[in-house]
Amino acid sequence: MARRGPLVGEFFMNGDIACAEGGISAGCRFFAGYPITPATEVAERMAARLPEVGGTFIQMEDELGSMAAILGASWAGVKSMTSTSGPGFSLMMENLGLGIMLETPCVVANIQRAGPSTGLPTLTGQGDMMQARWGSHGPYSIIALCPSSPQECYYLTIKAFNLSEQYRLPVLVMADEIVGHMSEKVVIPPPEDIPLTPRRQPTTPPGEYVPFQPDEDLVPPMANAGDGYRFHVTGLTHDERGYPVMTAAAQDKLVRRLIDKIEVNKADIIEIEEDGTEDADVIVCSYGISARVSQYAVELARGEGIKVGMLRLITVWPFPEERIRQLARQTKTFIVPEINSGQIVLEVERCAGGKAETLLLPHMGGSAHRPETILEAIRSAVK
Amino acid sequence: MNDDGSEQTQEMDQYLREDRMPHIWCPGCGIGSVLHCFLSALVKTDIDADKVCVVSGIGCTGRAAGYVHLDSFHTTHGRAIPFATGLKLANPELQVVVFSGDGDLVAIGGNHLIHAARRNIDMTIICVNNFNYGMTGGQLGPTTPLDARTATSPSGNYERPFNIPYLAAASGATYVARWTSMHVRRLEQTINEALLKRGFKFIEVIAPCPTVYGRMNRQPTGMDQMRYYQENSVIQHGADPKDVDIDLNGKIIVGKFIDIDLPTYSDLQLRVEQKAFGPEESKGEAVKKKAATAASKSK
Ligand SMILES: Cc1ncc(C[n+]2csc(CCOP(=O)(O)OP(=O)(O)O)c2C)c(N)n1
Ligand code: SF4
Ligand SMILES: [Mg+2]
Repeated sequence: MARRGPLVGEFFMNGDIACAEGGISAGCRFFAGYPITPATEVAERMAARLPEVGGTFIQMEDELGSMAAILGASWAGVKSMTSTSGPGFSLMMENLGLGIMLETPCVVANIQRAGPSTGLPTLTGQGDMMQARWGSHGPYSIIALCPSSPQECYYLTIKAFNLSEQYRLPVLVMADEIVGHMSEKVVIPPPEDIPLTPRRQPTTPPGEYVPFQPDEDLVPPMANAGDGYRFHVTGLTHDERGYPVMTAAAQDKLVRRLIDKIEVNKADIIEIEEDGTEDADVIVCSYGISARVSQYAVELARGEGIKVGMLRLITVWPFPEERIRQLARQTKTFIVPEINSGQIVLEVERCAGGKAETLLLPHMGGSAHRPETILEAIRSAVK
Repeated sequence: MNDDGSEQTQEMDQYLREDRMPHIWCPGCGIGSVLHCFLSALVKTDIDADKVCVVSGIGCTGRAAGYVHLDSFHTTHGRAIPFATGLKLANPELQVVVFSGDGDLVAIGGNHLIHAARRNIDMTIICVNNFNYGMTGGQLGPTTPLDARTATSPSGNYERPFNIPYLAAASGATYVARWTSMHVRRLEQTINEALLKRGFKFIEVIAPCPTVYGRMNRQPTGMDQMRYYQENSVIQHGADPKDVDIDLNGKIIVGKFIDIDLPTYSDLQLRVEQKAFGPEESKGEAVKKKAATAASKSK
């Protein structure tokens, strides 16, 4: 058997496998995970592919360990990721918070299934969107991306790695079972055409390195373990040296920066896609598989002469508040189809601030919306 | 190697974060002397200290990571071992030491302990067993002896405790030893030996927690507990780990129980990879290449 190295060309693959290949292209060389439907194929692909590119795969004893292991690997200077679904995502929450506090680049792919609890293991859901934002305890900011196709699973996993290195935090790829399991054409460009963000390493020698002293964009450079910097990191509230300080003032300074480093760089992070929103009477705002169904419904409605726009959230967190605020002044109604009982709609409603109406199209999970349901909602919105 | 005591102290001081003193441990607490033994054992190896990573979980013992002038990680409760697993497997050149408490490693982190031992991941575990959860005020833990009083067993513990060396050995640890914090020289020798050996090495150190465990069990000072160790420790190298349970105020069998050589996780991984891909490019080379790529990217 030969080592294949990174793939280049056109492939027919499912979203899970594309996600793994995105990791390989992004330079991910460590994967720790625990099997769970519908994310298992990501781990299986990594088990086959990482040895081919000189990386390490380990199947851990649970998701608590998986999340902790990818943090450790990242501190050893190796790009790392894990993948999971609902129950496993819940188990990762505490160490996701550690990743935020230690400012550790890594990627977590959540191929969402329908919950709560074991729910519908093999069927789709989008019920973890708020958990992605707030699931670990305490105040923080996070980055979460939502692919709508296998091609995007590939591309957004690379983007997730780049953002995680740029801003030093775990980045979430929030796919769903349908996107994870659908097979489509995926184009993998040659490595030289894939821009990768390198780790921001210290420019100061070990004696002068202050581990959590931020650069201008609020992100501190990160030394690797074993490089002689002899740093200390802790999940406790800490000062710029990384030493614990148990005061409200230290907490304010640190946590504000952890949040602000995302907030002030929002323009660089947020990616959305708009189609016909400028003069729309009604805008359908959605993400993941729901956005694809929505797009179809929007086209049907346009056939009936309705002025309807489509707003697809590719970055869900941080939330594209500004753009929604602007659009709320131009349109009458936002329709938000999502496969949960109403999560992202709360954000849309908050940003619309009463300037436009907001209408939720909930779905408890197990399948996607029917396009007719969305079409019907568009029709009644313009009546 | 260094035989001069004072020079050694100086050398050890380099491994302490002086700017973090005073430490948080209570007077008479045993954790500090275990840390001292670890650092003096490290000084006596030729291991490059820049490659040493200390990983702790949460607890009084877990604070040790914050006092060593080495790459050190104070992680989450119970997850020191999987964090350390990631460090070690991602960069096999690192010497990874997990320094944590009995509750952290054996209760909430117990699953990781047995699986890391089973995999024989190359790391050294130093487990300070003070028979209780010191940090949270002295509740019972999985090593609390039967009948011992703790904050959550006010009339005496009725849970059977783990015999940790037995657990570690049964799970596959290739080196298992136990000392008390009174046995400083032997403990130091054991840690030294463990650091120089490959495989999953587990060292349990019985240590006083006078403030909570001692106070509730009629040994209110560190000295009382040290006296108990002095009078009740029995050195028995090679003892069968299944016979080394500790009863309340009973004898403590100490020594080196297991010292065997088995292929590590990485050895077995390499073997499979070479079978799959041929020996032309070994894992070690791939890893070196990987490190070189990461470094060149950073420049
Ligand atoms: C998930 C979680 N649960 C509970 C705690 C509270 N907690 C902190 S330390 C500790 C016990 C520590 O006991 P041990 O590992 O024996 O360390 P010691 O303090 O005795 O050295 C507990 C329960 C926590 N930090 N995290
Ligand atoms: S509470 Fe016990 S274990 Fe914690 S520092 Fe005090 S004596 Fe040591
Ligand atoms: Mg304890």
